[in-house]
Amino acid sequence: MTINVNNIAIRYMIGDFKNIGLKDFIMQKLKKEYVAKEFWAVDGVSFSLEKGDFLGIIGNNGAGKSTLLKAISGIMLPTKGSISINGNIAALLELGTGFDGEMTVRENTFLRGALMGYTRDFMHETYPKIIEFAELEDFQDRAFRTLSSGMRSRLAFSIACLVKPDILILDEVLSVGDGSFRAKSEVRMKEIISGGATTLFVSHSTSQIRALCNKALWLHKGRQMAVGEVGVVVDKYERFLSGE
Amino acid sequence: MISILAARFRDYNFLFEELVKRDFKKRYKGTFLGILWSMLEPLLQLLVMVLVFTHFFGRDTPHFIVYVFSGLLVFGFFRDSTGQGMQSLMVNKGIFNKIKVPKYLFLFSKNVSSLINFWLTLVIFFIFVALDGIRFYPQFFLLIYPIITLTIFNIGVGLILSALFVFFKDIKYLYSIFTRMLMWLSAIFYTVDSFSIEVQRLFLLNPVFAHIHYFRLIVLFGQIPAWHIHLICAAYATTALGLGAWFYKKYNYRFVYYM
Repeated sequence: MTINVNNIAIRYMIGDFKNIGLKDFIMQKLKKEYVAKEFWAVDGVSFSLEKGDFLGIIGNNGAGKSTLLKAISGIMLPTKGSISINGNIAALLELGTGFDGEMTVRENTFLRGALMGYTRDFMHETYPKIIEFAELEDFQDRAFRTLSSGMRSRLAFSIACLVKPDILILDEVLSVGDGSFRAKSEVRMKEIISGGATTLFVSHSTSQIRALCNKALWLHKGRQMAVGEVGVVVDKYERFLSGE
Repeated sequence: MISILAARFRDYNFLFEELVKRDFKKRYKGTFLGILWSMLEPLLQLLVMVLVFTHFFGRDTPHFIVYVFSGLLVFGFFRDSTGQGMQSLMVNKGIFNKIKVPKYLFLFSKNVSSLINFWLTLVIFFIFVALDGIRFYPQFFLLIYPIITLTIFNIGVGLILSALFVFFKDIKYLYSIFTRMLMWLSAIFYTVDSFSIEVQRLFLLNPVFAHIHYFRLIVLFGQIPAWHIHLICAAYATTALGLGAWFYKKYNYRFVYYM
């Protein structure tokens, strides 16, 4: 088993001291007026994936899809339950963020590579390929902020996808850049997937999910509505959407 | 334990190096002039303090310029390191919200650039020491001791502040008020000699003063500080680091939920 998610729940605290600051927090604590609101973004989700599985995750906005992916990526710890993972993960969450605008494309590429756990040797070897794939040869020494948003996504995608991850996590990023790059990135993605990677994929497009995935998970307000064979789950979801 | 740490270090040394490079470049905008500019700040402060306070304290204090400079040097390191450390998580939230990465590396990297800045200022400090006609003694090498303990102390404080800053935005203002008050209490431009022995001991409750005191004993008096001063510095460092590590471990994963 590559991924085993066992009855996890993830809690956010909302509307509390993020806005009030330390002074008010202490005052409210003293007066016993302090209340922290809880919000369960994910509650009671369980599934497991074998090597080569392609899971599509569907659900309305705020269903907890991104939060679930963050927990599987190891960015968040589930408040309850457990997740076990076998293999290295490449998580493509919100491409193009987390770069430094003032630094050059080259510097950003090395930093991002380091952040993703690549070694120095590997980066020196792969850097030209990344730039070539992202079609940014003429921009290597430009400040990152001068890139268009399409270029940024292209770079992020290239850094993340020129490796062979065992597990690929995609947050609606199958559509990156313009037409020609989109085609290229889809080819690359299919290579990774057909190479035996286990893939988790969030999308609003049920037709895309049907076309790509063999399993699906439907989340609604953090709860797991259905999980299993893609056709069955997506059918249920579409019936739900059409108001039945 | 050691082997785990060594393996961790190997795993992350490329990332750590890239982070240090980034922080250093951003700090100085990659220019020599940028480095020079950051040296200018303590010197201007020194100039003003010496101009103003020589009149009150300078007459009876030998090497008053070096006396003030040693205070500013040590206090400046403390303030810079903890202040930068405080923001280390917030400025990198875009990264660790998307990528799994040990967050303490961001703090350590900021501390390295503060430390580099400190060493550069230290060089200028020694130029002043030489110009002021103070002879270099072998004891000067002992200064490495308070530099190490203060660095550890700064990391500990940074671990706590950076976590608090994620939760409470007003920490920044409260902390700047706090450091300003602490600066007045650190005997930077006045001497503690006129206080009673008991009050002089109370000054050592201030970790930054303890380190300034160490510096001055060595540089101005060529004196090796008593063992209890060594102990005090070490105690501050280990306490701060212990508390900081505990705090970090406790809140490490909670940061993400509040971003």
